[in-house]
Amino acid sequence: MKFILHATPEITPKPLIAEVILETGTLLNIDRADVKSSGGEVIIDVHQDRYNIVTAAFKKRGATITPLEQPIIKDDDECVNCGACISVCPTGVISFNDDWTVQMEIAKCVQCGACVIMCPQGALKVSK
Amino acid sequence: MSKKTIQDINARITDGSVHVVTAEEMPGIVAELGADGAAREVDIVTTGTFGAMCSSGAFLNLGHSDPPIKMQKVWFNDVEAYTGLAAIDAYMGATQLSESRGMEYGGGHVIEDLVAGRSVDIHATAYGTDCYPRKLLDTTVTIDDINQATMLNPRNGYQKYNVATNCSDRTLYTYMGTLLPDCGNATYSAAGVLSPLYNDPTYQTIGVGSRIFLSGAQGYITGQGTQHDPTNNFATIMVQGDMKRMNKKYVRGATFHGYGTSLYVGIGIPIPILNADIAQATAITDADITTNVLDYGVARRSRPILRKVTYEELKSGMIDINGKEVTTSPMSSFHDARAIAEELKDWIKKGEFYPTLPVENLPNTGVVFKPMKQMGEQPTVADVMAQRVTTIRQGLTVEDAARAITEGNFNHLPVVSDEDKLVGIITAWDIAKAVAKSKRDKLDDIMTRNVVTADTSEPVDTAARKLELHNISAMPVVNKHSKVVGIITSDDISKLVARR
Repeated sequence: MKFILHATPEITPKPLIAEVILETGTLLNIDRADVKSSGGEVIIDVHQDRYNIVTAAFKKRGATITPLEQPIIKDDDECVNCGACISVCPTGVISFNDDWTVQMEIAKCVQCGACVIMCPQGALKVSK
Repeated sequence: MSKKTIQDINARITDGSVHVVTAEEMPGIVAELGADGAAREVDIVTTGTFGAMCSSGAFLNLGHSDPPIKMQKVWFNDVEAYTGLAAIDAYMGATQLSESRGMEYGGGHVIEDLVAGRSVDIHATAYGTDCYPRKLLDTTVTIDDINQATMLNPRNGYQKYNVATNCSDRTLYTYMGTLLPDCGNATYSAAGVLSPLYNDPTYQTIGVGSRIFLSGAQGYITGQGTQHDPTNNFATIMVQGDMKRMNKKYVRGATFHGYGTSLYVGIGIPIPILNADIAQATAITDADITTNVLDYGVARRSRPILRKVTYEELKSGMIDINGKEVTTSPMSSFHDARAIAEELKDWIKKGEFYPTLPVENLPNTGVVFKPMKQMGEQPTVADVMAQRVTTIRQGLTVEDAARAITEGNFNHLPVVSDEDKLVGIITAWDIAKAVAKSKRDKLDDIMTRNVVTADTSEPVDTAARKLELHNISAMPVVNKHSKVVGIITSDDISKLVARR
């Protein structure tokens, strides 16, 4: 399961992720990390059995957690199934079905937004 | 050999016995029955394509206002349409951008909004005449309020199109979509086996007056498209149709990020199977159609051809470019192209659509697609750059660099290795910052290592765009061995522009 870890500037410098890995003994996959003066935002993928333990450990350290259940949203009324989005996706989220409609394996999405700007129809949106 | 006339075929539509298949179904039929057998069996093959067609637009007649106006300029939802016509006619081009929203909304979106029945705001200005005294007009209309709304696309339905990739080191935003650096992806038009013109490659049944499916309505081919290039299988058609009868599903405004707006248009052309030769032509498959992969990283008219590729390979989702597996994306919708071929087939079967033979065929020989005639020599970097350029050796100090810059009275100092290869660049500003921070020792610590460079044969216009994109004021000019042979600055380019 993926979630967004939001860290305020006060806790951003701390080794939060390393501490949580040690404490919970859980392997985490960092899909994307973005640290700015306003704080850090990291997209983390964790096995769903460990989701509650890991997110609780982050919350204990003052971080905020947003589950990423629907990281990318496709508006089917706008989508014309051209598939322009396929080749710019770095994690292989998007592909064609047998009938040439566009399908998305959203569990792989890391919200990089490459497909959003590629889509000529404005059919894709990264959820916040 | 089996032969039929268009009258025979149309009689079968009337009596309900017509046999129509799509261009996807035809290869199998020809393989089974042979071309002659297929020609006997099949009456019409339908084709389809649905993708971005920038060279699109619409003539819109607004009807007269009271008092009347001769529109000198007109905007639909803040997108300007062309008015160099009679008083209340305008031509809305698909790629015209909104004055307030830029690339987010353009002519293609206005056309979509009209077809979808949405309201569109009109603002017009005029100089005022005795017969047309009004100087200003503001109103809101839907497509039902205006007279003719005629889509007229000067170039459409490309027989095939090039594949775009980008071997440069930065992301490009093009009319073929976002092209990732280092050939990170490749984009193409998807029609292939359904391509209307490729199913009749010598245009025996396609030409002026051919009745077609145009964005959900019955439209017509009015002639060869602009840039019609049959010699290289890049033929195009000019089409027109009534927007009031179109289906909003097949008229879609589009934005290509960083490039501009366009219009997705759907075209289906029926190919009457008059004889075995035509049947054979419609048996074409994706494996039979080849096109070129071009490097859009080279912003020149003739882009390097990296390889030839078939549509079968493109549709597999991955192609090999110089030993690298590259993901492919179509820019046009094969799903909707198929839907168009099926819809047209359905219309014919129901007796709602009768194909025509052209009153004049599209030319397939003797047409030359010429490049632009340009007057005068186009200046290159070599014509403008300073050939005498001071460089500094890697490993020297900030002070050495400061001395070189002040003695030479310039701002940019390329740093070279012991082998004379460019390894960095120092500006007067870098030195000022270093001094302020008391970092006066090694030059290596403060120089910029990723140097943007120019090539002697590069046109000055592309060098100017590089300076602008990277927000820099000079670039070392290097040869193929990374040796500095000159330097080009924004000052050099300004002087050149001032002379023009």
